[in-house]
Amino acid sequence: MFTPPNTDQLVPTGGGDLLSQIVSWAFYAIFIIFIFYGQRIQMYIMVREVENSLHKLKYIKDEGRKITIEAIKEIGKPTTDPSPRVDRYLEYFTITPQSMDPAGIVAKLDHLLDVRDYRLKEEVKLMAPSAANDEVQTNNLENTLEAAMALNFIYKVVRHYYIQGKKTLSLYVIMQLQMILPMVMKEAEAYASALKAFAYGQPIGDGAGPLVAAKLMHGYPTRKLPKNCIMATVPLEGRTALIIKAEGPGGNVGKPGDAVEAVIEENEGKIGCLIMIDAGLKLEGEMVGEVAEGVGAAIGGPGVDQYKIEEKLTKYRIPNYAVIVKEDIGDAVSPMRKEINDAVDKVIERVKAVMVERTKEGDKVIIVGVGNSIGVGQ
Amino acid sequence: MMKVNQLAKHQNHNQSSTATQKISTYLTLIVLIVMALAVAALLLAITAYATDVVAAGVLAIIGLIALVLSGFMLYQFRRQTVQLKIEIPKVMTTIECTKCGGKTIREFQRGDYVYKELEPCQKCPETKQMITAIYKEVKEKEKTYEV
Repeated sequence: MFTPPNTDQLVPTGGGDLLSQIVSWAFYAIFIIFIFYGQRIQMYIMVREVENSLHKLKYIKDEGRKITIEAIKEIGKPTTDPSPRVDRYLEYFTITPQSMDPAGIVAKLDHLLDVRDYRLKEEVKLMAPSAANDEVQTNNLENTLEAAMALNFIYKVVRHYYIQGKKTLSLYVIMQLQMILPMVMKEAEAYASALKAFAYGQPIGDGAGPLVAAKLMHGYPTRKLPKNCIMATVPLEGRTALIIKAEGPGGNVGKPGDAVEAVIEENEGKIGCLIMIDAGLKLEGEMVGEVAEGVGAAIGGPGVDQYKIEEKLTKYRIPNYAVIVKEDIGDAVSPMRKEINDAVDKVIERVKAVMVERTKEGDKVIIVGVGNSIGVGQ
Repeated sequence: MMKVNQLAKHQNHNQSSTATQKISTYLTLIVLIVMALAVAALLLAITAYATDVVAAGVLAIIGLIALVLSGFMLYQFRRQTVQLKIEIPKVMTTIECTKCGGKTIREFQRGDYVYKELEPCQKCPETKQMITAIYKEVKEKEKTYEV
């Protein structure tokens, strides 16, 4: 005889106890919900995370704008409110040269960067008329404005992908955004702390190179080199060191490519070696302020200066050595950490060792401190 | 006209920030009410335990879940407000006398830069003091991974 199956055997609900039954049914309900809506729930969690970061980014961006306007008002003493001009400038963009036919692109990019830099400086002078004749303050305000621009750009890009992800309900757009957000937030926080440093003219981590150069050239006469760089001739370890850095103490990276080109040509290529000192990005697990040595042109940026230096070095067959001070992106644009400041003496020791080991007595050696000279005199 | 636009923009900005604050206070209030209800459910569970074990169990589960969730929400709110701050690090300036080597460390002042000459040293009045370093000290130790 057929006996109908017991439902408890098909779907065990924990026996007759009411509480056990409730828990069991709740478990089944959750299981079914997760089968059908699991991905959507996951997406909502991610959207929420992105939303929180976006709120934070907005706050940082607004603070950046506020700090920039305050700095312009305080230093520049403008007669009218600089806010509309600042807002207009925050939206500025630079269109990179067409690279379908890459021949000659470096010169085009170089020209474009010059135009951008000139335009930005002129804008700052208009915004802050009292600082127009003070190169240091103009440079510091220019750097502050650039940091605010970077924050504005980061916020807009993240907002774009967030809205796009929400509009299309695409898990993958949101997922990609959520995955890179920790790195984006780190960069934004770094720029946020850079704002005050730039406004006050404090040395930043990227200034490790200029700080080393300043220590080596301090007390010796300096002369100007092309594009906001300066040079001092210093006797060092029986060699003649031609030390180059961006002119400080205003926020300025100069154009070391042009400066090195000029010095090599002045000496008709008779240079023992070129030693470049720069801040280098550290990998996770490495210590801030660690000093490392290698070969090649240690210089960041869009690549124009690196190209110019490499061209000249290849033409005259000059060996090129590099010493870097390790730090992360946050340390590079925020006020200089003590570890980086303490690394200066170690770098000088390394530079001297390279000079002694790699050149002969009486040789001329170019030493370039690459980076932002903000807060670093000479 | 521009000024009027700007004023409007500022007002909008202020309104939106107040709105965010209002929503936040409103949400906090809801969470606090839920928390109070959760505590009440737990108390009811204790009193019902002697007479009806099943009802006490259900009340205890509801109370605990609500308490945990509301606690988590409050923690999240707190974390969010803590995070919404731009940390301004304390930057120090080291001043040294080039002759006697006397060192002073003070807080950074606007206009300071490395190798800036300052007023003469108190011990050797003929020598000017000089800024030799400007740096920030990071207090919190980075988490290290033994690999």
